[in-house]
Amino acid sequence: MSQTLTVALPRRATVVGFFQRYGVYLAIVIVLVVNLAVTPNFFTLDNVRVQLVQVVPVLIVALGMALAIGTEGIDLSVGASMALAAAVIPLYIGYGVVPAALIALACSLLIGLANGVMIAVIGVQPIVATLSLMVAGRGIALLVAGEQLRSVTDPGFLALGRGAIGPLPWSVLIAAVLVAIVAVLVSRTTFGKQLVALGGSRRAAELAGLPVRRILLVTYLLSAALAGVAGVIGTARLGASVPSTLGNLVELSAITAVVVGGTPLSGGQVRVIGTVAGALLLQLITATLVKHDVSDAYSQIAQAVIILLAVYIQRGRAVQR
Amino acid sequence: MTTTSFRADAADPAAGAGPVADAPVLRADHVTKRFGGVTALDDVTFSVAAGESMALMGENGAGKSTLIKVLTGVYRPDDGRILLGGQPAVFARPLDAQRAGVSTIYQEVNLIPLMSVAQNIYLGREPRGRLGLIDARRMQSDARELLSAYGIAVDVRRPLRSCALGVQQMVALARAVSINARIVIMDEPTSSLEAREVETLFRVIRMLRDQGIAIVYVSHRMDEIFEVCESVTVLRDGRVVHVGPVQGMTRGELVSLMLGRSIDAVRREGATAFRSGHTSDAPAVLEATGLSRKHEIADVDLRVRPGEVVGLGGLLGSGRSETLKAIAGVTAVDAGTVTVSGAPVRGGSVSAAIRAGIVMLPEDRKAEGIVPNLSVRDNIVLAALPRLSRAGFTSTAKQDAVVDVFMKRLHIKASSPDQPVAELSGGNQQKVMIARWLAMSPRVLLLDEPTRGIDVGAKAEVQALIDELASEGLAIVLVSSEIEEVVEGSGRVVVLREGSVQTELTGIHVDEASLLAALAGTEVPE
Repeated sequence: MSQTLTVALPRRATVVGFFQRYGVYLAIVIVLVVNLAVTPNFFTLDNVRVQLVQVVPVLIVALGMALAIGTEGIDLSVGASMALAAAVIPLYIGYGVVPAALIALACSLLIGLANGVMIAVIGVQPIVATLSLMVAGRGIALLVAGEQLRSVTDPGFLALGRGAIGPLPWSVLIAAVLVAIVAVLVSRTTFGKQLVALGGSRRAAELAGLPVRRILLVTYLLSAALAGVAGVIGTARLGASVPSTLGNLVELSAITAVVVGGTPLSGGQVRVIGTVAGALLLQLITATLVKHDVSDAYSQIAQAVIILLAVYIQRGRAVQR
Repeated sequence: MTTTSFRADAADPAAGAGPVADAPVLRADHVTKRFGGVTALDDVTFSVAAGESMALMGENGAGKSTLIKVLTGVYRPDDGRILLGGQPAVFARPLDAQRAGVSTIYQEVNLIPLMSVAQNIYLGREPRGRLGLIDARRMQSDARELLSAYGIAVDVRRPLRSCALGVQQMVALARAVSINARIVIMDEPTSSLEAREVETLFRVIRMLRDQGIAIVYVSHRMDEIFEVCESVTVLRDGRVVHVGPVQGMTRGELVSLMLGRSIDAVRREGATAFRSGHTSDAPAVLEATGLSRKHEIADVDLRVRPGEVVGLGGLLGSGRSETLKAIAGVTAVDAGTVTVSGAPVRGGSVSAAIRAGIVMLPEDRKAEGIVPNLSVRDNIVLAALPRLSRAGFTSTAKQDAVVDVFMKRLHIKASSPDQPVAELSGGNQQKVMIARWLAMSPRVLLLDEPTRGIDVGAKAEVQALIDELASEGLAIVLVSSEIEEVVEGSGRVVVLREGSVQTELTGIHVDEASLLAALAGTEVPE
């Protein structure tokens, strides 16, 4: 972008760098242009609203995932956090929307705490620790829910998923606020700076006296809490608590959104806006395929191709055929 | 990669002929190796004969490891050639060297920890029974026999990692020799062994030697060289400075050959940017007492006054860095205390040490110091972030003020504070590291090789800075492999040897002659 950058780096590096940084935005533009040409009624207010509402759960989960990946870790248990949050909603909705939502968040925080203690204190690898909670967490959610689908009818709660202020759905508003909070957290707080430094060089962070354990613990707590919010919103949208399926495979979508958005899996960087764009891109591609009656199987394959492309570009070998 | 490659069966004249005395089995003939503009090996000729054990010595950066890598096919020489049994040999890769009979035993054993001892010895050449299946019983009995020949009794069914390090090394050695090794290269083999294990290793080395196997022995421990080696080759700055028998040499001669300073050539002109050694009479700010850590340091005492630069002398492996790390809380100690102005500092915690005012510049700047993907600004403020924040939010104004002050004061050359630190030169990266610590207003500064790998100009700047910081009242501990840096930078030198304080040089005794004598383990001249 800047003149000095273009001059200072060899051409190959700049081209690769451009795709690493802006590839996801370019891809969004391409998908939109394609839809403008081939999909009728794509650019209606209704459709835009539908797309935004649908992207919200993955987007919120991806925010937490970006933090975990920024520390050179990963959080596979986000789906379980969503399910556990969903499972407790019907049990406490009688006390009102806010208490029920807070208890749901507290329950997902327990999963984050378990992850954080294993990773930060005991030193279990993040992939192993969160994999165990991915399995165990959903099991607990099913136990809590009694393996039953329960509908939730509280109108105030349902508004979280379906209501809107003017043209703006509540869920989208919540997601926007969370994006802003995480963006500020990463760029403007001590915690965010320390998190990125830890991901960049754990040894250097330790020798600089950073509170490495606390940073990791808080990171996994945040990831679980964000997943809990996604679980609450997802439940409100469905009007039912479905812990057996809510959040299934959400970790894969979230990781894809983060990686496609330009955050390297090797840690040391967190791109919040890129993650938002990554989630949007995935949603748009799925929607495009759905609108043309392409089966879900193909849309999953498309997702896989995007992951491969994104990782390939990040390895810095995309150009120079 | 290359079309020429060495085949073991093509050039093996000595096979079955028994050891031929004096004929070198392995020889590097006028070998030169450059990396970019740096000449790591300059016209080096090195040879070892069958049944000979040759010590290879030199300080850090002398070219020992490069030479070993050339001999074992990891690097190819730019000039010169490798002769094996008198025939030119080209090793395209390490495996070719191994097949040709050149085996290397590293200090970190490179076998498979989860497999059994027997499996490790016969990996890739397991005895087969009927149907081509592995004959486990025969493999185990063969392994047991092989090891007992070297006087090692161990259950060969145990996973390798459950064995003591010494045993693991012996297994690596047995594997190498049982394959067909005629030359065994050992790189610091005793660094993590117990005294008893060292004895066993030496016994095995002598047995191998008697079997006509050539041994190249790399170690910094003077005693070992005198115990198991017959000859020694000393490298310095990529050149061979001495080849000869060990017998008749003194430790002092060996040390001065390695360091390139004769004991008699004293009182030279200052070669560093240090003005003078710093001493002080104020009460000590840093007091470390009885620091001990298994295999590393034993009962080390260190006192440093404000405004004083204390050098930690010692050869590589003497416990210099380990002492600094223990004081800085990077490693936990088994025993010993550290106090700052009388107040005890909790051990094993970097943040506790930093709160007490002790900071350390790590030896490995790239791996342990800088965070390469972060900017100069973020690297400088890394440790001081909480101080430069309000309620957890970073203050750009406060950060900019600190970054600006230190970039100017230390003359850090960067296009802007936002430039990634990885793009800076080594000297500027080092200044960024110093700035990170000065931003914490420390009371004790531990410097581990502060001028390693940085250019001459930056080196002088860093040395002048150390001077300046000392005169401002900082207590400084200086570790350096460069003898003139220690002597001219320090007001006092504590000399370590094999993890313990050997002696302390003060006043007029802070000179190269006394330090060399102390390093060699001989008495300090009065």
